Amino acid sequence: MTMALDQQPKRQFKYVGTRPPRPDGIDKVTGRAQYGNDLVAPGMLWAKILRSPHAHAKIVSIDTSAAEALAGVKAVVTARDFPAIEGDAGMRDVQLNCMADTHVWYEGHAVAAVAATSDALARQAVKLIRVVYEILPHVTDVDAAMAPNAPLVREGQAMENVPAGMSANVTYTSEFGHGDLTSGFAKADLVIERVFKTAATHQGYIEPHACLASMSSDGRGELWTCTQGHFYFRTACAAILGIEASGLRVTASEIGGGFGGKTQVWAEPVALALAKKSGKPVKLTMTRDEVFRGTGPTVTTSMTCKIGMTKAGRITAGEATLRYSGGAYHTGTCDMGAMAGFAAYDLDVVRTYGWNVLTNRPKEIAYRAPGAPQAIYAVESTIDELCQKLNLDPLDVRILNAARKGTKSSYGVVFEDIGLLEALHAAKTHPHWTTPVAPGTSRGIACGFWFNFGGNTCVSLNIGTDGTVSVSEGNPDIGGSRASIALMAAEELGVPYETVRVVIADTASLGYNDNTDGSRVTFAVGLATIKAAIAAKTNMMARAAQVWGIDPEAVEWVDGAACPAGPNAGKFPPMTLAEIAANSFSTGGPIAGHCDFQADGAGVSFGVHIADVKMDMETGKTELLRYTVFQDAGKAVHPDYVEGQMQGGAVQGIGMALNEEYIYSDKGTILNAGFLDYRIPVASDLPMIEAVILEIPNPGHPYGVRGVGETPICPPLATMANAISRGIGARLYELPMSPPRVLKAIKGA
Amino acid sequence: MSAIAVTTTVNGDPVQFLTDPGETLLDVLRYKLNLMGAKEGCGTGDCGSCTVTLNGRIVCSCLVLGAEVDGAEIGTIEGLADGPNLHPLQQAFIDHAALQCGICTPGILVASKTLLDRNPDPSEEEIRYWLAGNLCRCTGYDKIIRAVQAAAATMRGA
Repeated sequence: MTMALDQQPKRQFKYVGTRPPRPDGIDKVTGRAQYGNDLVAPGMLWAKILRSPHAHAKIVSIDTSAAEALAGVKAVVTARDFPAIEGDAGMRDVQLNCMADTHVWYEGHAVAAVAATSDALARQAVKLIRVVYEILPHVTDVDAAMAPNAPLVREGQAMENVPAGMSANVTYTSEFGHGDLTSGFAKADLVIERVFKTAATHQGYIEPHACLASMSSDGRGELWTCTQGHFYFRTACAAILGIEASGLRVTASEIGGGFGGKTQVWAEPVALALAKKSGKPVKLTMTRDEVFRGTGPTVTTSMTCKIGMTKAGRITAGEATLRYSGGAYHTGTCDMGAMAGFAAYDLDVVRTYGWNVLTNRPKEIAYRAPGAPQAIYAVESTIDELCQKLNLDPLDVRILNAARKGTKSSYGVVFEDIGLLEALHAAKTHPHWTTPVAPGTSRGIACGFWFNFGGNTCVSLNIGTDGTVSVSEGNPDIGGSRASIALMAAEELGVPYETVRVVIADTASLGYNDNTDGSRVTFAVGLATIKAAIAAKTNMMARAAQVWGIDPEAVEWVDGAACPAGPNAGKFPPMTLAEIAANSFSTGGPIAGHCDFQADGAGVSFGVHIADVKMDMETGKTELLRYTVFQDAGKAVHPDYVEGQMQGGAVQGIGMALNEEYIYSDKGTILNAGFLDYRIPVASDLPMIEAVILEIPNPGHPYGVRGVGETPICPPLATMANAISRGIGARLYELPMSPPRVLKAIKGA
Repeated sequence: MSAIAVTTTVNGDPVQFLTDPGETLLDVLRYKLNLMGAKEGCGTGDCGSCTVTLNGRIVCSCLVLGAEVDGAEIGTIEGLADGPNLHPLQQAFIDHAALQCGICTPGILVASKTLLDRNPDPSEEEIRYWLAGNLCRCTGYDKIIRAVQAAAATMRGA
């Protein structure tokens, strides 16, 4: 019989764990794949958004008459074209972020938009819009924003649990942990408390936001867009435009990177409003400058971390206060950081506090493990400094304190099977760690963690009459998930990988699917695909039983075929999926399996990173010599793409550690809104990134799969900081560790 | 301003178009010639996703005007495969999982091809510096470098 989902995870595989070519590979190496900006429509208009040049201002007036009068301009929209959302403060914030109403809260905030017959005309037209601003005091630094006399970003945003007497920019606070801090710290031989700061960084996807929208006068619309979640985009666009979600069909284009940054609408409601007003299809594509100024970076943070340790290396207590700002909006990102910061450790006493603070910065949106890399940086740096001061081996200390099965985590849950110890032991015996640190170089190590998401998922699996399989799923393929889904369908059905086609269905063709985020897709969509395949197999075994004239219960599924089982074993030759499919018109019609559910049991993920660096003591430049990533994948469905997540996540974290930051002028405007000055890692900055996959099965998935995408961005910040501090003999407490900061630390040492 | 008539060659095919003086080669390729493979990631020559060849040299097509290419030979990602047969670089990128989202891939393939045209056996360092102007945010470059090395080995053996 088919495997029940509550049994031990399967460990023997025919297709899962192999490395076949991805189904969308040829389209993507030939230039045929269609991304957000690659679709054009007959009669299409080109749109352009006008953005605030000020960090904080009241909008006194907007005069669009000159733009409207320009020949070729077909529509101009402002906040007046978006009915104010009532009763949903979160969605109202999204609406106000897409188009400012009475105030602009950051430089780059959208204030108006134009659709015209050419891109050049649209650009010309926005310059004709006259906006009168009353400039208001601004604040971009999180600590400055918390001060009692700070410029107020927005009134009336603070939630009830914020203590009285704080700046009204402080909107939210949270607390996690267990144990008594006083007695915990009393047990330590050494307690240190350090303050860290991290800059806002951008997801830096190479594809700017782009969409093509059309709206008919009957209220029906079509939207083509690069998104991490077209179902959420439908919900949000409909709410922001004040139309029925059922009237809007959203199709996800191929997506040119997102890393969380394409989980939110920015341009799409604007394009739809212009399409509605003009009666024509509208193409809206952001420039890179707009992507930096107008779309979501990470939080910027200020964090205090206090840890006590015995001479033997046991952590007796940990406490962290995380002050996060996600711009002029409420975010819950500080919760993620507060839950994740100490998650790698088995602690009797741990307490974390999250604070959300408003600043005049762009609205934060998720960036790969949102909130976690920063908190983990603070914790892993503090632990490393304790190891230095107590002359302890940083890897042995992590093994001594590592969370394991049964550990009550810092955020309350008790861990099931997890792979942190295995990853640490793999690191300890790996040639990278056992090779002595070369003279003139230094080495750092750190751990990382991510929760992993499950969530709303809907998959339909259809058996073609020719014996092929098509899987309709609703999560954009951001890094090879079609291949993983096809492998799991092939595995469950026992048919070749090449016979499975995976399609990303539009919002009208499938039930709701949560965003492609939280490292949920391979886990949750994979699980739904397996369940849908089991449903299809059950159907096919019944068809075979019908042909054979035996009880359906007396049929089993072996190697892609129905086989008579039990007392009937051997009485009939196996009937393959292709045979059953070909005969389906005579046995009851088409065959399909479906799954709609909320995936639970995602299984948390841990990783361990090691870096070797060589410091240029004259310039402060860090040269990365060697980098190794160890991570538990539960079961690597397509190991190439698991390694790819580990390598790519590590390099994004290395970018956060070394270079990447939003730099602000004293007017609150961004000074480096381009890839030349906001420098993401390039090929010549890096060595090969070795990825070592551990496979400790997740009990929540029949194949043991865990999400892998987010964990790898968490360790690099401290891994690099720990390597650099040992290299220069001084510790930096602020990211990025750009050459000027490193040089300053060297000179101060 | 009146449009400028341009006669050029794209992927070996003769092409004529009218262009405004301010129109980039990238926009000409994408919206006049329907060659959507080159992507605009920045529009300022920093990301390399619009990389094409102009008389055998790689350029950011967002920094070249359409009016500049009269009489030139342009190569784009659409010309890399020989009909249905993939170029060894294209095959190596699939075989080595050298792309995740794929948006930078056309530019990186065009740039890599010009490298291998000049140097059939580049070192890792030579590949890394040749591709330093092509940003990839997904992969950390590891598998891209390995794919270029593998394609070079295939081409040397062929």
